[in-house]
Amino acid sequence: MLQSLVHVLLAGLSTGMFIWLVASGLTLIFGVLGVLNFAHGSFYMLGAYFCFTVLKYLGANFWLGLLLGPLCVCAVGFLLERFFLRYVYHLALPYQLLLTFAFVLIFDDLVKILWGAGSVSPPGLATLSGSVDILGRKFPVYNIFIIVVGPLVALGLWGMIEKTWWGRIIRASSSDREMAEAIGVRVPALFTSVFVFGSWVGAVGGGLAVPYVGILTSGMGEAIIIDAFIVAVIGGLGSLKGAFVGALIIGVLSAFGTRFFPTFDMFLTFILMAVVLLWRPQGLFGGSR
Amino acid sequence: MNSKPGQFLLVVLLLLLLVGIGLFTGRFTIYLTMRVMILGIFALGYNLLLGRTGLLSFGHGAFYAAGAYGLGFFTLHLSPHPLLGLLAGVLLAMALALIIGFFCVRHTEIYFAMLTLAFGMMIFSLIWNAREITGGDDGLVGIMRGPLSFFGLFTLPLSRDAQYYFLVLAVFIVSIWVVHRIRVSPFGLALAGIRENSNRAEFAGLSVKNYRLAVFIISGAFAGLAGALETLLESNARPFMAHWSHSAEPVLVSLLGGLQTFAGPLVGAVFFVAMRELIQRLTENWMLWFGIVLLIIIMGFRGGVVGVFKRLAGGSRPGP
Repeated sequence: MLQSLVHVLLAGLSTGMFIWLVASGLTLIFGVLGVLNFAHGSFYMLGAYFCFTVLKYLGANFWLGLLLGPLCVCAVGFLLERFFLRYVYHLALPYQLLLTFAFVLIFDDLVKILWGAGSVSPPGLATLSGSVDILGRKFPVYNIFIIVVGPLVALGLWGMIEKTWWGRIIRASSSDREMAEAIGVRVPALFTSVFVFGSWVGAVGGGLAVPYVGILTSGMGEAIIIDAFIVAVIGGLGSLKGAFVGALIIGVLSAFGTRFFPTFDMFLTFILMAVVLLWRPQGLFGGSR
Repeated sequence: MNSKPGQFLLVVLLLLLLVGIGLFTGRFTIYLTMRVMILGIFALGYNLLLGRTGLLSFGHGAFYAAGAYGLGFFTLHLSPHPLLGLLAGVLLAMALALIIGFFCVRHTEIYFAMLTLAFGMMIFSLIWNAREITGGDDGLVGIMRGPLSFFGLFTLPLSRDAQYYFLVLAVFIVSIWVVHRIRVSPFGLALAGIRENSNRAEFAGLSVKNYRLAVFIISGAFAGLAGALETLLESNARPFMAHWSHSAEPVLVSLLGGLQTFAGPLVGAVFFVAMRELIQRLTENWMLWFGIVLLIIIMGFRGGVVGVFKRLAGGSRPGP
């Protein structure tokens, strides 16, 4: 029983880390730009597919794929923000959401055109394969690696927002855009940089998912963006701490749900969300909005 | 809204056109026109929420599916009477909208959009997983259209599409009339007031939350009605009716036609169905092209089709 519980917990933690990698970029972009990016799941998907392509054509070096794949997604993110999103910041919410939704449609079909309508399986990787023995049952090394990477990313993000010059400018601009502009911050360029950075984090999540999920489908972005939305709502939109805690809760909860109530696994997540919203409408770590 | 007689003439002509389509055209045109009318009902009710009240829901597919499955269960297990089935579908959709709306209307803007999205996907996963009841990914199949009987006095057969067409048309006309009455009623005007300034509406003594919940349930009812009508048309109910990509359809349709107008969702429904037919005939990747059209509308033509016509006609101000 204990063995089973520990393994479900570990599986939940690794799922939660992927959700965190998507939710962190989503919530960062929302916190600074005020735009909820439907297409953020597409960055995750594109990160995975670009990583796959690098692995296929440049040899099965996972680290190279993880480096180059997300960089391609950065270029996509740059184009999206610079030439489209920038012109809808002043518009009402439906237009912003639908613009990013249009990109979900476009990216989904582009992936089908470029990589084929079915699923693709990346080549087998030697990196971090194998498993270790935990309480008498095998657990993949790669999942442990993911469980370690997630908090490291969280630490890195926190350090960047709180301790660096760029982070200070970001905090200043998101709390008072006009004042930041008055003292000489180039806010549009800053917004672009935040968007590109957020898309990079999501794409890294996608790249990391390549060995984890085994097969890639054009629906993988949509599946995770819903989870990321729920996490962002539970944690509080714009709060990185909330996204981290929320992702862990959702990951573990859905792992236990899948193990013990397979028919209603997703239901548990939504019940949790409803309870949190009734109790704290702004989310667990959301400021008073 | 400048010339009343002209408008009246237009409505009469459109009615004649719709009746003519039912009487004189082939199966395919009749089928497509039914799809347009069903989508029109869906979007028209939905736009009470989005265009009139300013709430963006991404979960109305759930109510569409509730209408579809409600009618499906009723037809398969209780009675094949189409009107009772439609009523069952609408009631189930309204009950679901009451529950989901209770949680969602406490929030606005982005939170509202995400909550409705999440709850919609919850219904989707529930339908998908509860295989014993809903048939899982196969959906409910073999839902037959019974004859339309009025208390045994006289009956109309509906089994052929050309016969069913007139039931859809009748429901369509009644829906338009009801939505129009709601829009111009004090209730509908209060909704517009809430959209423009919810604080002021609150201070004026309106219970903003209850108004939002009421319009949420009304729009859910129309979504359920559309879902039930589609189920009778296609003789099946599918889980993807509740999927978020389907929830986005009325949003796209309203935007395509023009958000702030009454006719917008109807015009949008015509363009949406026509465009989908056209694009699907030319290419496999209809989502890509639809996304591009959507981009163009958002970047350049935010008044939608109705807005473009109004601009061409010289009236620069968008209607109420």
